Amino acid sequence: MAILIDENTKVLIQGITGSFGARHTKLSMEYGTNIVAGVTPSKGGQKFENKVPIFDTVSEAVKETGATASAIFVPPAFAADAILEAADAGIELIVCITEGIPVMDMMRVKAILAEQDVPMNRSRLVGPNCPGIVTPGTGEKSHGGCRIGIAPGYIHKRGNVGVVSRSGTLTYEAVWQLTQLGYGQSTCVGIGGDPINGTTHKDVLEMFNDDPETEAIIMIGEIGGNAEVEAARWAKEHCKKPICGFIAGATAPPGRRMGHAGAIVGGAEDTAQAKKKVLAECGIAVAETPSVMAQTLLDHWGK
Amino acid sequence: MNIHEYQAIELFNRFGVPCPKGKVASSPREAYEAAKWLSVGKFVVKAQIHAGGRGKGTFKSGFQGGVKLVSSPEAAREVAEKMLGETLVTKQTGEAGRVVRKVLVGESVDVRREIYLAVLMDRETSHPIIIASTEGGMDIEEVAERSPEKILREPVNPLAGLQAYQVRKICHELGLKTTARQFGRLLHSLYRLFIECDCSMVELNPVVVTFSDHVFALDAKFNFDDNALYRHPDIQAMRDKAEEDPREVAASEHDLNYIGLDGNIACLVNGAGLAMATMDIIKHHGGDPANFLDVGGGASKEQVAAAFRIILGDPNVKGIFINIFGGIMDCNVVAEGVVAAAKETGLSLPLVVRLEGNNVEAGRETLAESGLDITTADSMDGGAKMIVSAVN
Repeated sequence: MAILIDENTKVLIQGITGSFGARHTKLSMEYGTNIVAGVTPSKGGQKFENKVPIFDTVSEAVKETGATASAIFVPPAFAADAILEAADAGIELIVCITEGIPVMDMMRVKAILAEQDVPMNRSRLVGPNCPGIVTPGTGEKSHGGCRIGIAPGYIHKRGNVGVVSRSGTLTYEAVWQLTQLGYGQSTCVGIGGDPINGTTHKDVLEMFNDDPETEAIIMIGEIGGNAEVEAARWAKEHCKKPICGFIAGATAPPGRRMGHAGAIVGGAEDTAQAKKKVLAECGIAVAETPSVMAQTLLDHWGK
Repeated sequence: MNIHEYQAIELFNRFGVPCPKGKVASSPREAYEAAKWLSVGKFVVKAQIHAGGRGKGTFKSGFQGGVKLVSSPEAAREVAEKMLGETLVTKQTGEAGRVVRKVLVGESVDVRREIYLAVLMDRETSHPIIIASTEGGMDIEEVAERSPEKILREPVNPLAGLQAYQVRKICHELGLKTTARQFGRLLHSLYRLFIECDCSMVELNPVVVTFSDHVFALDAKFNFDDNALYRHPDIQAMRDKAEEDPREVAASEHDLNYIGLDGNIACLVNGAGLAMATMDIIKHHGGDPANFLDVGGGASKEQVAAAFRIILGDPNVKGIFINIFGGIMDCNVVAEGVVAAAKETGLSLPLVVRLEGNNVEAGRETLAESGLDITTADSMDGGAKMIVSAVN
């Protein structure tokens, strides 16, 4: 089962011919991802790696290939347009990898996506500024799964832990720890480090809660905003599965942006300490350090 | 990015936000001329630094106050002389203080009442939000804590923009009557400025109403979205590198994310989340991080070497912890960068390296064969403990 994507998901890449997009498209194909199309305006008709057809527009690509998910690798100045183009073409899952999109652009994108008339038809946006999504496969080094984005595939293992995070490298840490301890992942979702993003921690927890394959969850957050708190409060009431939480940035000075555009302490409530307190109050096992995320989950899970 | 008050006035003038007339001066003579040009009875001379609390600040020379009221061009010149080139210490600058390179000479206005007004991007709703309060001129966080009912919050639909009824509502709740139209115009202009300049926050504390019923923005704090600066070369030109930590300026020239802190263990990490978590784990084991440093997901050998030089440029640093999870990034590239930089700088401090991920064996080999005194850690936790005990 897993969530959002599996090995059958038909994936389209926006910005497939840029160096970053091309490199990761190749890695995804090697991993086993079903990449059906690429889009680069004015390069329609060409083929990527002699295999994947390239189109000028997303709507044409969708019509010709039936793609339902898109990964966006276009530069920041054009990324908002790319998200809206994907939504207009009826893409169900839009994963925006691009880092550095102006906040005003994302504000408008989010407002427009929210106005799509029928909620059922709404595109789901994951990111921006995120490592993407991986549903590991059952082959060697988890090959045969679906990888959308830039996460290293080989660190994964197919299994029953769901991972959701605002940070790329911390996701890899958690995944690697789990894999080393012999526990695989159902799906790993990077929701991104920007102040305005699409899918939230809470959205992903809801999906993991409904997914029969997911038995336990690691939720990784950081300073700034209240998304982790919102998710924890929801989980307290509704989530039936054990959760381990980690919040980065306990030592971050207030008012400074710590690398991620969204990682900034604005008040007393969005510090790491305040968030950890709420998580613990909501029954989430809080990992004291980033090196014990998997172990903390296993202890809490009774493994 | 932040800007100076005199630069804020430029933006206000461009967008029609009323503010008292003023002119910037870099010498006492210019201050004298600015005051003459203003030709009013009273002037205010304000030290231009990127920090608040100027009025109550003290110069290292002993001169009191970075904001002074004077009543003649000669007095403006005298005050400017005492401020320019001197170091002003306020509660926001830290002990080091900031050197004042420019002063603003402005019209002094009488004040009947003070209002707090800000526009900022609200993360929870992803909408711009207007925040207003009758308690202008005060620390707004204190007001929010003491009497939250005195803080008005009006979210704006980003697709529709600020509506006239919202402005009327805010004026009504602030109790503005005769000056409502003027305040409304100010708010509309301010909102337009916020959107068009890609601000993440504009705070006017205070907006003042004078006895002659004029409305002025008296002090402004701007925050711009760094990701959007590429489309505002005029605002980018307002950047004052002298106000920034020189280490941070050097890092930004190499596309590195660096933030200086007060501790003595330098960190070099890939990824913002892991970089924060690395600082946390150092603290957890009793150490004190000297910096946040994210070399990014695709750092080159040159960038790693540059990062190394920057952290070694901090005299407080007594040890270095390199923590890399090379998902896609090649661990050997990092190792080669570290070795090159360590050889170049003649490394004499304890260095602990934790490498994990892609091509990690080659990376560890490069470190081992370098002949340098490098401790290799096989976990983040172990590495953090090692560097803390090496430094303490």
